[in-house]
Amino acid sequence: MAAKYTKQRKNTNRDLVCLLIFVGLTILITLLPLDAYYRKITNLCLINVVLGLSLNLVNGYTGLFSLGHYGFMALGAYVTAILTMSQESKEAYYMIEPAYDWILKLHLPLIPALIFAGLIAAFFGFLISLPVLRLNDDYLAIASMGFAEIILVLIRTQFRLTNGALGLKGVPRTTSSVLYGAVAIIMVIFMLTLTKSNKGRNLIAIRENEIAARAVGINAFRHKVISFTWSSFWAGVGGGLMATLIGTVNPMQFTFQLTFNILLIVVLGGMGKTWGNIVSAIIVTFALEILRFLDEPMDLLFIKSDGMPGLRMVIFSLLLIIIVNLRARNGKKKRNKKLEEEKEALPNA
Amino acid sequence: MFFVQHLINGLSLGSLYALIAIGYTMVYGILRLINFAHGDLFMLGAYLGLYLLTWTGMPWWLVFIIAALMTGVFGILLEKAAYAPLRHEPRIMVLISAIGASFFLENLAILIFGGKPQAFTVPAFLDKNIKLDSLNFNVVQIVIPVVTIVLLIILAFLINKTKMGMAMRALATDYDAASLMGIDVNKVISFTFFIGTVLAGFGGVLYASRYPQLMPLMGMMPGNKCFIAAVIGGIGNLTGAVIGGLILGMSEILIVGLFPTLNDYRDGFAFILLILILTFKPTGIFGSTVKEKV
Repeated sequence: MAAKYTKQRKNTNRDLVCLLIFVGLTILITLLPLDAYYRKITNLCLINVVLGLSLNLVNGYTGLFSLGHYGFMALGAYVTAILTMSQESKEAYYMIEPAYDWILKLHLPLIPALIFAGLIAAFFGFLISLPVLRLNDDYLAIASMGFAEIILVLIRTQFRLTNGALGLKGVPRTTSSVLYGAVAIIMVIFMLTLTKSNKGRNLIAIRENEIAARAVGINAFRHKVISFTWSSFWAGVGGGLMATLIGTVNPMQFTFQLTFNILLIVVLGGMGKTWGNIVSAIIVTFALEILRFLDEPMDLLFIKSDGMPGLRMVIFSLLLIIIVNLRARNGKKKRNKKLEEEKEALPNA
Repeated sequence: MFFVQHLINGLSLGSLYALIAIGYTMVYGILRLINFAHGDLFMLGAYLGLYLLTWTGMPWWLVFIIAALMTGVFGILLEKAAYAPLRHEPRIMVLISAIGASFFLENLAILIFGGKPQAFTVPAFLDKNIKLDSLNFNVVQIVIPVVTIVLLIILAFLINKTKMGMAMRALATDYDAASLMGIDVNKVISFTFFIGTVLAGFGGVLYASRYPQLMPLMGMMPGNKCFIAAVIGGIGNLTGAVIGGLILGMSEILIVGLFPTLNDYRDGFAFILLILILTFKPTGIFGSTVKEKV
């Protein structure tokens, strides 16, 4: 009992130290003079921290395999874009059909707009979770993806609301890292407090063994809905941040590929591991940028090629399979070791 | 007449869906795994058909068979590389590996075949147009259901009358007990993947003859829809997969035919159907309920 208590204390201390390091690094990045390209990548890193943690909340902590993240991101991005664009640019960009009047008139400053984006995404997440969370594993994966696809079909077809396939341009852009850093820090603190709280422990209990968790009186369904709703909230905020970073939104940005990239972050960083996820978010973002050269023409000493679009993602998907395989092998080794230890502990017959 | 026309269109699309859905349902029945890469193997089948048609002078039906068998070999390779090492891992890990495999195949296809759409050289025989009264259809629309029926008969024979089929049924009923009875699990699983993927390969070449535009990402949507078809019929159940495929294909064509304004929503329709089915009858039409054991 005492040993366990000290272990918890140690973990809390470790979290505090890590949090301080993360905050310090973020402030450092904000103050550093970076050129536009690197500034964009660091901002993208911070956004990916938010998105990775939000997917980790459902996939890692609660053990629900949701693939619908890109739908909520699309919602958040569109809400942010519509709320922050000025009336003139809206009038200019809705080319196929004029926007609804109320869309033209809507306007909010960026931060309330982001919160609103999160709330809308959370609302849809809540609605979707009611039927979807009655399912498990693979069904949940496909059904959540199905909802994301439905959201995207609606975005593509509601011209007066979203300008259809053309998307929206002229979203006011924010380049300073202060905003992205602040949101990322809030997200990290949110995750830390959640996972240390009663609710968070319940979520982990549900992941480990749902039947056992229900048997000790945890309302599993309610907890899953809460987790899913929060996750969609942060996905919406992350999508909104993406909209202000890039300055345009269109349905082509939000594909299944996006969920895949975030899934890579979660798997690489470890399911249900907050700090691992932050590190992997940074690594994956940089790697995706650095490996861009793979798609471009190459002139290595012996290998000459004129651009191989697709090579980057081939390598990335291979990476994912290899990581999963390595994880499996490690897990097997650990299990075997544990079995041996247990065998040795047995009195010799 | 209007209705009969849609019926023919729906039947050919539905048979295609059925062919692909069987692969999903067979793999799921034994491994409890959604083979996310199944739709991409379907795409591979279509491309193999295209290249074999252009590079070799073989008659089209031979090309179709060879392309489908080659796709089947790729199915075995996929299983060995991405799924076999994870056989005793949590299902989430296997699912992630499946998604990784799907992306790998898609991007490999972009790399090898190029991202631009390519036109499938439809064999002249299949492309012939038939006009009957006010009915208007291509030969391929008749060939698709016929081929599907022939393949289904062969499949039914394989599963019900051969030793391998018996082993497959045993594994699907009780994986552990079957492996204790001396069934070579790896061999049976490889065989299952082979059969499922061969059917997807046939689906690919036939789909390409009906909709002759090949793209590396063409497998995604049909793949998702056919999984949905398998769920509608009750996943793990072969008859269910066929019925589910037909229902999905028919209703897609009929809805778009009767309400042309809904054409933009076409791809969302299957997902709505999925969610309705999962909410009201999660086991599908032919599925059986599995009690959770503590």
